[in-house]
Amino acid sequence: MIEKKIISKRFDKIDPYSIADYIATGGYKPLIKAMTGERIDILSEVEKSRLRGRGGAGFPVAIKMMALAKEAASVKYIVCNADEGEPGNFKDRAIMEKDPHSILEGMIITAYATRATKGYIYIRCEYDKSIEIMRHAVDEARKNHFLGLKIDKIDFDFDIEIRLGAGSYVCGEEFALLESIEGKTGRTRVKPPFPTSVGLFGKPTEINNVETFANIPVIVDMGGDEFAKIGTKSSTGTKLLSLSGNVNNKGVYEIPFGIPIKTVIDELGGGVPDSRALKMVQLGGACGPIIPRYLLDMIIDFDRFDEFESKTGSGAIIVMDDRWDIFDILLRNVDFFKHESCGKCAPCREGHNQLARLLRKFTDRKATVKDLISIESLARVMHQTSLCGLGQTSPTSIISTLRYFREDYIDRLESLEV
Amino acid sequence: MMVNLKINNIDVTVPENTTILDAAKANNIAIPTLCYYPDLRINSDCRICSVEIVGKKGLSTSCSTLVTEGMQVKTHTPRVINARKTITELLLANHDADCTACAKNMNCELQKLANVLGIDENRFARVLEVRPIDDHNPSLIRNSNRCIKCGRCIDVCRNIQGVNVLEAMNRGHDILISPPFGKYLSDEFCTFCGQCSSVCPVGAIIEKDETATVWNALHDPQKHVIVQVAPAIRVSLGEELGQKPGTIVTGKLVAALKLLGFTKVFDTDFTADLTIIEEGSELIKRITTGGVLPMTTSCCPGWINFAETYYPEILDHISSCKSPQQMFGALAKTYYAQKENIDPASIFVVSIMPCTAKKYEAKRSEMGSTENNLDVDVVLTTREAGKMLRQMGVEFENLAEMEFDKPFGTTTGAAAIFGTTGGVMEAALRTVYEIVNKKPLAALDFVEVRGMKGIKEASVDLGGKTVKVAVVHTLANAKIIAEQIKNHESPYAFIEVMCCPGGCIGGGGQPYGTISKTRTDRLASLYAVDVAMPLRKSHENPDINKLYSDFLGSPLAKLSHELLHTKYQPKRRH
Repeated sequence: MIEKKIISKRFDKIDPYSIADYIATGGYKPLIKAMTGERIDILSEVEKSRLRGRGGAGFPVAIKMMALAKEAASVKYIVCNADEGEPGNFKDRAIMEKDPHSILEGMIITAYATRATKGYIYIRCEYDKSIEIMRHAVDEARKNHFLGLKIDKIDFDFDIEIRLGAGSYVCGEEFALLESIEGKTGRTRVKPPFPTSVGLFGKPTEINNVETFANIPVIVDMGGDEFAKIGTKSSTGTKLLSLSGNVNNKGVYEIPFGIPIKTVIDELGGGVPDSRALKMVQLGGACGPIIPRYLLDMIIDFDRFDEFESKTGSGAIIVMDDRWDIFDILLRNVDFFKHESCGKCAPCREGHNQLARLLRKFTDRKATVKDLISIESLARVMHQTSLCGLGQTSPTSIISTLRYFREDYIDRLESLEV
Repeated sequence: MMVNLKINNIDVTVPENTTILDAAKANNIAIPTLCYYPDLRINSDCRICSVEIVGKKGLSTSCSTLVTEGMQVKTHTPRVINARKTITELLLANHDADCTACAKNMNCELQKLANVLGIDENRFARVLEVRPIDDHNPSLIRNSNRCIKCGRCIDVCRNIQGVNVLEAMNRGHDILISPPFGKYLSDEFCTFCGQCSSVCPVGAIIEKDETATVWNALHDPQKHVIVQVAPAIRVSLGEELGQKPGTIVTGKLVAALKLLGFTKVFDTDFTADLTIIEEGSELIKRITTGGVLPMTTSCCPGWINFAETYYPEILDHISSCKSPQQMFGALAKTYYAQKENIDPASIFVVSIMPCTAKKYEAKRSEMGSTENNLDVDVVLTTREAGKMLRQMGVEFENLAEMEFDKPFGTTTGAAAIFGTTGGVMEAALRTVYEIVNKKPLAALDFVEVRGMKGIKEASVDLGGKTVKVAVVHTLANAKIIAEQIKNHESPYAFIEVMCCPGGCIGGGGQPYGTISKTRTDRLASLYAVDVAMPLRKSHENPDINKLYSDFLGSPLAKLSHELLHTKYQPKRRH
């Protein structure tokens, strides 16, 4: 069995509405251990674990935590990014709906370690069930004194508020998310300063993905060194994968880092249905690279994904068989980003519109060699100059297909004349 | 602490917290920019100033990235140049780039950028969706089809002026910079200060051009066309015509306006002196008779619009004096008409003002004997005046200097400094002090009220009583003193309010590219004008005294009241 269930160990085994179930399966023990029992150094355990953010970018979590802990402000925030809007991703939803308290526990431990005063969970509004379960979990945690004043009778106050997105994809970007919580239009800010120094309402803020927080109790429980033994050298622990597309068994799976993509598709996904040939896989979601079959031996690992220069690490694997035309996928992606661009920076605002127009020339077989050069140049400029992750990563599918499926572009040219 | 870095392989040392953009500039490389504006917040939206930092994957915007020790910056690699060109082409593809049919032709930052980058074709399809133009007010025209969404207008309106009329609506390429819900500026709470028009890099917000009306009047034999020139124009018109910021061009501008064909060229400084007499008398009356205090100045139409819209509760605190522009208009069509025996209806008054709100002020129904015979017929900004002189082909620098015409030509240094923040206060104090204390001032310069500080305070001894005064500029600062007045917490007796940064020298109608440095240059020049004047106190202006003895009677008397004072109305414009 290639799965390793540490984040998903309670999935479908407990009632997500029952805090008693959570506690009975070892829940909130790490919190008590961190706060009262052995008084372990949470920051150093997280550092030793080498945990990297699970939202996609893979930023070392301990660096953010330590940065927040160092800030002297009297008000500091912890924000959980549950605005899971990247097409092809649904693993945060699984955690929220199957083990909500693991997220809360991770947030409380983080808050305790960093002396943060308040937490927000920003959930996309389309996740009705997640919202309901998370709200219920927060209430239960409060009733059981894991949230609120004098948590577990020690001198530490921390509470969590749930905020809902209004359907905008870019609000999953950390600064746009903070703006949205503040009641403003969801548009990113100029970095630096980074959120850990000037974040929500101008206060130091640590923002992590749902899965990242769910890892914190695990690390406290098993110890950072032990955690770091799971996975690979550059990517420790496990990863929840959202496996979808042309596979027999779609769903959320948890594997240790280091498993080849092919193994995931064949063994967990049960291969491609109807004995069709696999043509390509998109990693990470709509903003991720599209890679050909011959690269599927690649292992799941942040450093390996780095070569695509996109936020590939969220764990989405979208499998496409030989019936798919890359331009159908590309147009769908670009139209999505064109719709979701906030419009703040010029390359993203104007670029998607032009990318879509250029792609349509390819689907209409009206493209020229000049168009091929233009689309490549534009995609790279958007990637290199856009202000936030949206515009920086959205051209990845084009850049990667130009690399791995260039012949598909050339096939669509009206003529080869230069 | 100094930071060492390499820019294009050349060793450079700059103070810490310097941006790459400034570090390059200090070393004689001007990285191209577009949304960047020296006095505004860095929003790094256009990404034009992107540079390569060795070791970093993407490009970094030089306006927002601070230098670090050992950093290696490349400002003009092929990758960088291609990125700048690509972004500029993207912007041009969604821009009404009919450059020769745009008021900003040859004055447009996007056009200049395209030229500097050497753009000779656009790879991208034109995607402009034409939207309606907002020209429903007397001051400003907003043409969204030219807007490149740089955000400067939003920033200046929100953060410098605290008015917040403009916002980015919609998202993605549908984004539209507009008053809320796509309303007109006239529907919303715009004060028409025109700061947005002064920072707009393209032709998306411009003043309403009235030069054609002036040309027509100048060539209408039925009209007696006269012009008045605001205090701040003498230190900015030269700049508009290519001279150094702050160049004093008083004599040449009189000559130039004569060349255009104006029958008489008058100085608004004259009615600035008159304002001091009326406003000073009003202040003394309020102080001595227990009137409403503090009293604020009323010469700035942006401030009047702001107060009428946002602080209707404090309108009693504003001096009832008309602005110098309007006092001039009122006198031109009465005193001057009688004196010269001209039918007032044939007199056509043009003002040259550093201001777009003055256009609105001149059109107020209170500002004329009838609505069809307004006291001031047309207001031109500094920029429009420059445009007319260029149209005429006036060789400005070669002109022999001339003097302003009588009876509105003799002025004082006190009036000249009306054009800068603190100037009206200082001019008023020079007069009020001497009238109340019945002794000459030992030193004329009230240095506490000078300079660019947002809120300045001073205390003056008036008749044995110490009176606190304040000077504010920008509407964000005006808001602070207005709140104090509204809450009955104002510690002052008299407050000068100017809507634009630096006062009229930084007005919304001044030459493009106005930044702190240019404002400071213009300010220094106005004080130089003041010092050079033989008379420096308004109450010593002999022609003002003659105006009272021949025509008005005395300050605040019936005729003065009728012609020189006005009332303000609470506004609900939405």
